[in-house]
Order: sequence, then C-alpha cells, then structure tokens
Amino acid sequence: MKQFDYVRPATVAEAVAAAAQPGAVYLAAGTNLLDLMKGGVSRPDRLVDVTHLDGLDGIERLADGSLRIGALVSNADLAHDADFAKSYPAVAEALLSGASAQLRNAATVGGNLLQRTRCAYFYDTASRCNKREAGSGCDAREGENRTHAVLGWSESCIATHPSDFCVPLVALDAIVEIEGRNGRREMALDALHRLPGNSPERDSALEPGDLIVAVRLPPAARGFAAHARYLKVRERTSYAFAVVSAAAALRIENGKIAETRLALGGIAAKPWRARVAEDVLMGVTPTADAFQEAAWRALTDAKPSGDNAFKIELARRIVVRALTLAAAGTPARIPALPASPFASTSGAIHV
Amino acid sequence: MSELNLTSAPTHLRHGSSIGQPLTRRDGILKVKGQATYAADNHPPGMLFAVMAVSSIAHGRVTSLDVAAAKRHPGVVDVMTPDHKPRLAIDPEIKTNPFVFRMEVLQSNEVRYANQPIAVVIAETLEAATEGAVLLAPRYETLPALIGLDAGESYVPPVVGVGNPTENHRGDVEAGLASAGKQIDSIYETPPQYHNAMEPHAIVAAWNGDSLQIDMPTQGLMLSLGRIAELFGIAPDKIHIRSPFLGGGFGSKGLMSGPPTLGIMAAKLVGKPVKLVLRREQMYGPVGHRAPTRQRLRIGADGEGRLTALDHHARTVSSTFDDFYEPAADASHTLYAAPAIRTSHDAVRVNTGTPLFMRAPGEATGSIALESAIDEMAWTCGIDPLAFRLKNYAEVEPITGKPFSSKALRACYEQGAARFGWSKRSLQPRQMRDDAGLLVGWGMGTATFPALMFQAEARAVLRRDGSGAMEIGAHDMGQGAWTALAQIAADELGLDIDRVEFKAGSSDLPDAGIAGGSAHTATAGAAIHSAGAAVIAKLADLATNDERSPLFGAGNAGVIARDGRLIRRDDESRSESYPEILARAGVAEVEARGTGAPNPAAMEEYAMHAHGAVFAEVKVDPELGQVRVTRMVGAFAAGRIVNPHLVKSQLFGGMIWGMSFALHEEAITDRRSGRIMNANLGEYHIPVNADVPPLDVITVEEHDPHVNALGIKGVGEIGITGSAGAVANAVWHATGIRVRRFPIKIEELLT
Repeated sequence: MKQFDYVRPATVAEAVAAAAQPGAVYLAAGTNLLDLMKGGVSRPDRLVDVTHLDGLDGIERLADGSLRIGALVSNADLAHDADFAKSYPAVAEALLSGASAQLRNAATVGGNLLQRTRCAYFYDTASRCNKREAGSGCDAREGENRTHAVLGWSESCIATHPSDFCVPLVALDAIVEIEGRNGRREMALDALHRLPGNSPERDSALEPGDLIVAVRLPPAARGFAAHARYLKVRERTSYAFAVVSAAAALRIENGKIAETRLALGGIAAKPWRARVAEDVLMGVTPTADAFQEAAWRALTDAKPSGDNAFKIELARRIVVRALTLAAAGTPARIPALPASPFASTSGAIHV
Repeated sequence: MSELNLTSAPTHLRHGSSIGQPLTRRDGILKVKGQATYAADNHPPGMLFAVMAVSSIAHGRVTSLDVAAAKRHPGVVDVMTPDHKPRLAIDPEIKTNPFVFRMEVLQSNEVRYANQPIAVVIAETLEAATEGAVLLAPRYETLPALIGLDAGESYVPPVVGVGNPTENHRGDVEAGLASAGKQIDSIYETPPQYHNAMEPHAIVAAWNGDSLQIDMPTQGLMLSLGRIAELFGIAPDKIHIRSPFLGGGFGSKGLMSGPPTLGIMAAKLVGKPVKLVLRREQMYGPVGHRAPTRQRLRIGADGEGRLTALDHHARTVSSTFDDFYEPAADASHTLYAAPAIRTSHDAVRVNTGTPLFMRAPGEATGSIALESAIDEMAWTCGIDPLAFRLKNYAEVEPITGKPFSSKALRACYEQGAARFGWSKRSLQPRQMRDDAGLLVGWGMGTATFPALMFQAEARAVLRRDGSGAMEIGAHDMGQGAWTALAQIAADELGLDIDRVEFKAGSSDLPDAGIAGGSAHTATAGAAIHSAGAAVIAKLADLATNDERSPLFGAGNAGVIARDGRLIRRDDESRSESYPEILARAGVAEVEARGTGAPNPAAMEEYAMHAHGAVFAEVKVDPELGQVRVTRMVGAFAAGRIVNPHLVKSQLFGGMIWGMSFALHEEAITDRRSGRIMNANLGEYHIPVNADVPPLDVITVEEHDPHVNALGIKGVGEIGITGSAGAVANAVWHATGIRVRRFPIKIEELLT
C-alpha cells in the first residue's frame, strides 16, 4: 500500500496542527478509514493517531443537565453505560443495531460521525464518483442504486450517510464540539453533515485540522427517555446498514404529545431531521392517523434517485412504526435484537 | 433386473467401533489454537510477495501499464506482464481434458472480464507489492461488455454441467400439459453468486531447479498436479503439493485456476519462493462462481393432483471464452413422478469469469425453482404441499425409469414433518401471526443430490508395534476428512483410531480423487476399505500359513480383524495380535494398496441419490417487509453416516446456505460496466449468526447395498437443496406474495 507517515500527537493542539497539513487525516479506531485505505479510496500521506490523546474518552454529566461524550468513547462502552442507556434509550438502541459487536468495541463516537458513505461507486475506484473525485461524475445515478438517497440528493451525488448513531443524536439536538486551528467551537450535529449540492466531495462542515472532541446532548434530550425508539430495516438481522431507519422520541403529557423528535437514516447524505412532521404532532393525541399524517409530511419532498422508489413508502411506514413504538413506551431493557422489527421475537440471543 | 450383490462379506472381516461415532474433529484443537498451517501460513526462506493487478473493465484490452513506476517503488523486485513472463509449456487456452478450464495467465493484453489478472507485482513485502500494483495505473481500450441473461443471441450448449445432455425428455410433455386440469407457467430468476470461502485462494510456490514445492489449498491434489505439470512442462513426480487444510472450497478450489498458476510463474520469474494470496474482491472473477439463471417451469396436474407433465427450461450464461453451463433444469429429473418430463437449457455469453462448480451446481439453482413451482402447483390444486409431494412420490427415477438403489424420502417427509409440526399448517397463505403481529409462514422443499463416486487409491500399513497407517491424498475443506476418513481407516484396519496414523492432504500420497460432488467420503472411503481388506489379507496369510500360529489353517474359515488382533471366524477363542504375527514372521510391517471407484454395473441398474425434506418457518413484518427465518428442520437420508456430528454440521451449513440463497446472496453487477459492485463480505450478504435460527437435523436411517461397499452417499451439497425452496415457500405462505426473483427483497413484500 501507499507509504504514509504515522504521527501520535501528545495534545489536541498538536493533533490539530498535524492534521491541518495537506494529505493528513485523523486515525481513531480506523474501522472505516483502514478499509478505505486498503481499497485505494483514501490515500493519505499522514495518519494522525488521536487514540492516545488524554481526556477524550469520558462520559460526563454537566451541571446544566447536559451529557458530554468524549470523541474517543467506543460505541460499545457508550451503549452499555447504564445511565446513558436509561437517559437516551433510542441512542443506545441505535448504537447496538450498528455494525457487529467487534466493530462496536473498536469504533469511536467521533469516528462514527465522520464515517464515509457506503455507496458502492464511492468505494469502487474504477467508477466515477464526485464525492471521491470532485467533478468526475456520478456512476450511481444511472447504476445499481436501489439503496440510494430519496431526500436531499442532487445530480452530483445520490449517496447516503450510513450512521445509525447519528439519527437519534440529530433528533435530540446533539451538539458537536470541535477543536480547530482557531480554537474551540461548536455546532449542531444537524449542521455538521452537508447535503451534496454541487460539492459532494465535502461531507461535512469541518475545516482542515478540525477535530471533533466531544458530542453533547442538551438538557432537554433527557426528557424523551420514556418514549424513545430507534427502528432499522435492513437486509439481514445484523451487520448490515439500514435500508431505512428512524429515531422517534416523544414527550407525552396528559395523553397528548407535548413534543416530538423524529429523524430518518439511510435516505439522505445526512441524518434527516423531519421537523415538519414533528410540528404536525404538536399537542395531538398519539393515534395511528396522526402518525400517518406525520409520516406523509416527513417524506413530502422525497423523490427516487433510481430504482429506489420503494424506500419512500418504506420510510413512511418506518416513521409510523417508530412513532407507534415510541408512544407505547421505551422497553425496560434494550431488546436482544436492537432496533429490529423482530425485537419482539423471543429466543433471540445474538445481535 | 439382475440381482447385484456388491457387499458380500469377504473371507476376512474387519471390525471396529469408529464408524458411526460422533467424534469431534481431530484437527479442531489445532485450528482453535491457530496451529493448523494453511497455505498462506508458509514462509520459506527468501520468500517474496506477489500481488495481482486486475482489470477494472469487463471487455477490451490493456493499452498501457506503468511498469517503470511500479519498479521504482521501494521493495518491488519485478513486474510480470504479458511481455515479461516465463514461457509456459502449452498454451493455457488448450483444453487438454474436460476438467481443464481456460485461465488468464497474462497470455495477452485482452480483457475478458472485470477483475481479470493483468499483471503481477513481486516485491519484498506485501505492502510494496500492493502499492506497485496500484502504480501500474493501467490504461485500457474499452469495448462494450456483454452483461446479464439477455446479453445476446442465445444458443443451445452442447452439454451442461459435466457432460450432461442439454435436453432430456420422457413422455409427451405437450400432451401432458394439454390434458392437465390445472397448470402453472412460472419464471424464476437466480442471481450470480460467489463462493467466498473464508480462506482466499493462495499459493506459496518454490522452485528448486526443475522441481516445484507448492503450498496451496486444493480440492483436487492430483488434478492440480497434472495441470501444473503440463503447463510448466515438468514431470508430475517433480511437483509436491501440500494442502493439509482448506478454509473452505465449495467447488472454487477444485480445479487449477489462473491466480495460483501466476504464483508459480512469478516464482519462476524471480527465482525465489513467492506467495500470492487473493484479496477478497479479486475472488469475484478468476476463480469461478455460480452463474445466474432464468428458469421457466410449466407444470400440469390432473383433477386428483397428480402430475401430468413437468417442463423445466433454464437459461444461463457462460463466459465469452469458455464453456460451463449450470445444469439447473436437471433438478427436475429425479424427484416427482410426472409421466412426461422435459428439461432443456440455453445460454448467452457474457463478460464474466467462467462460471464453475459452486456447492450443488445445478441442483441448488434448479431446486429453488422446482420446489417453488411444486408449491405453486400444490396451491393451484388446493392440496397441502407435503400431501402433494407424497401424491407425486417417485417410486422409480422419473427421467430414466430406473429403480433407486435406496430411497428413504418417505421417512424423511414423515420424520421432518412430525418434528416440525407441519400438520398444523393452514392451507391458505397469510393466515398465521405471532403474538407480536408478525406474519408467520411455513414452507417445505424436497432435497436431493446424486450419490457420486470418483476414483481413488489408498495405501494401508500394519506395523510390528501394533500401530497402523492409512495413506491417502484426501482433502479436508473443513468438512472433517481428517476425522471421518480416519474413522473408516481404523475400522478397516481393525484398530482403535488412536493406533492409526492417518496421512492425507499431500500429493505424494495415493490419489484420493477430487473432493467434490459430495463424493469424497464415499470415494476415499471405498479406497480405504479395499486397502484395509488387502493388508488384513496379507497379515492373515502370515498367520494362517504358519503352523506356530493359533490361526494356522484358518485360511478357508477366515479371520476377523478387531482390536489389533486376528480372530478365527468360526472359533473366537483362537486369536493372535498383529505384533505377534509380524514378529514371528520377522517382518517390520505389511502394506497393501486398494482402490475405490464407482461400480458401472450398479450405476447402470440403479438411480443413486441422497434425499431429504426441509421445513422452514419464517416471520415477516407485514408493513416493513423484513424477513427472518425462525425455525428449520431438515430430515436427510444419505446412506451410512460415518460421523453423525460432522454430518450434522455439513447439513447445518447447507441449510444455512439454502436460506442465504433464498434471502441474501447476490452479486450485484453494474448494468453498464459489468463490474461487481459488492465484491466484499460487508455488502455481499450472507447470513450472520443473528439470522440463523435454531436448526434441527434428523439423519434418517438408510441402508444402501448398491452405492458402494460402505453404503455411503455423501452429504456435502444436499443441505442447500430443498432448504432454499422451503424458505421461499414459507415467505409465500406468510405473505401470500410469490416472489420469483431471488434473493427475496424487502420491496417485493411491501404491499
């Protein structure tokens, strides 16, 4: 493979300086990056290994009721943190529905946010891909695209963001803390990922050298713990990306929906917050009709980018189901098959 | 019909308690501890690493390779290209026998499929060779690629599978269909699939003058050796291949393919040992795959639900440069008693690597279509699918009229159905739900696979220290040959298994035939059987001809070999141990060879097949369309079961693969480029643990006096047949939706 430099900075500031150089990329667990390097999709000159930086692997509850998750916390550690799972059950369920146990043990919070699309044309270096090589074209648009985007896509790119974790995070207004060349800043997770437009080569709003150091869940995120679910339809029971997924979280007061949070995964280049649908449910009784209406609103702007019209109807149904499950209440324990339509199937012992 | 008596007791009997025991695999601890040496684990001194550069186009020609750039990269030793390579002794395009398939070993700049090897970079490290291959930056002249089942003019191939007639018929199908009260006419499609053995194809090749040492996983040591000898123009006895363990083969490691040949060429080019291991994505091209099929089934039945005609046509593909045709329609030859049967095939040529044998070639693709169609026919007739199959039970092989050498399929149906609880099934689809409201469906399929045999030889030895040896170049692909064949060897030598040195997996041992066609245990077992008989006969001669022996004069009565002793058959009080006999005779050991081969007279007389019945339960989310198999029961009759533990594992594996066929597996080919877009195990879906439900395997007792002396039929492939159809039929029963294009996808079930 291509020769590269490997550096292991001692501080965040050193890391940022090292990664700001052209051709440098951050290495955390490498569960996505190393595959990209093996496939020749990513050919960095320098890997900046952040896994030895201090202070990025904690989960801390802040005075204002926020939760701050260090960027190096592993997916598994976060999902199995008892307080975390109790307070943000849909996030824990999403984490446990992703990848495999081995990958979850390695993969990090920061890395998860920045994983690349799983579009096969992005990975296939013989294909044209505007995300991999700006301006080269998009072979997915007229190609094998039944799993591609139905919202927010452009003629330049129809890829989707594959994360499960980001879907409930974006629903819960998560905030990303970033250390950059000009110091610390933060932004809403919803603003981190970009829609492709004419520049799909840029996945995110990050600048060279920017390092995600933490993800923060604001105080209000805790208010949905009693009615929060993540639902993921996929082509096998585990170790598969979502065809479509949804995170639904409700605050129910006196039998009425006081507040809704809804986001969809697997349908756009970013985790898709469905605010219009949330508004529809404000103050209404949680009924099938109301959820149908919300689902319809959530997908109003959807259009197929190829052989994937079914994803629009599937997304509507998943929204209805996720809202229905959320309304029924968060289960006391995360099911053995997290986020699965078969979560209720007895006897399941694997994920 | 003449009575064939193939299993009359020899004068001398051998006894043991190994056959039939559920021994754990004897190589298991080695494997768990990482001490089993697979081909790529070998690192001879001075070894270099070779990496293939492969074509990114499916059709055209390589116009340039930046060899200089690759060679400049630190660590790169040489770059093998069509212009710079060792000469082969014969043109690899020449098919010297029916088991030779064309390979790409840099004989020209032509590109015939995506992922075809176009150069090999040899370097001091794997990393340097890998980067060297990237730096070649090939340029191409691209020609339009032929892709898919409608790629061009279809034609009727001369044969399908290995020498099977392209068309077969018995009775008048059109008349049968015309007279039918009920008919179906359905088209099913199956996708291209790739073997994806966990161990990729690999070779470590080392030349020493004109002799050649090879470590390479192979399912056919002697076929590979013969092919290497002719390609490199050296005598077979100059070649030694070690293949003690395979990390799966499934048919893809049966015949010599291009990549290992390139490894040998690379070693010759640089004059040092070379290792070449395929990357996962490189396995999607030059090492065989299962061709896609489109199958039309026309079936007629009378008012009673008895078949009047069965017409099965399969369209498949071969490569643009060689011929292998998935014999899918042949699946309709053996199972159902239609008075009129016709099977036929046609094909188109596409720009892929040549399709080849993949676990149950023909049977697997044909089975899912046939079992789905039979299910449709049962529903059309308003009859339970099991009752329908029993009504059309074949008492003789339908296509030939031959009697079966044995057929315990009825017992498979009965025992499988009872274990599954089939009698509680609703006839109508979409009737059953679980507590959570998920749709529940039950489906079944009949499993069948021919009981084949090849040729094999074994060498047996009895030693003065009371131990024995059995030598045979058998192949353990993970199925357990190290264990099952050693069990046979122990009994055939009349020794405890711990007293037998069992040698296998090396080309300097007697030829065990190919480990394919579910025939390895039967073939190698038959050779071991006859070698054991021969060596015991020699030992018995030493004793019975020696007046000092208690067995003196027992030559006519015969002896029994058991527990390391020869015992007079007619007087068990008179016996002598092997060491006593050998010591008195003054010999260190006796040895003998034996062979195993199919019996042509029995094959002429009988149809020989293993059978089974598979029952599956699926649950389907009624709104979201996701499917999950929740239960499977398979009952199989496959003659004598040498090791029930290993056989169960084989059948589990087959059943899981059947489920995979119905629900998961598909190589997704870009419709324009012909490139496979999911050439990795992340996106080429096979079931993961969470997909595999509790599996229940019943081995139904079956004694077959005709297949071979040991009565073994083989279980390597039958598990996939029946299972795929059972799952597909269960999806129909759950949903009422008949999906005829496999794998079944979520969108098909969104109603």
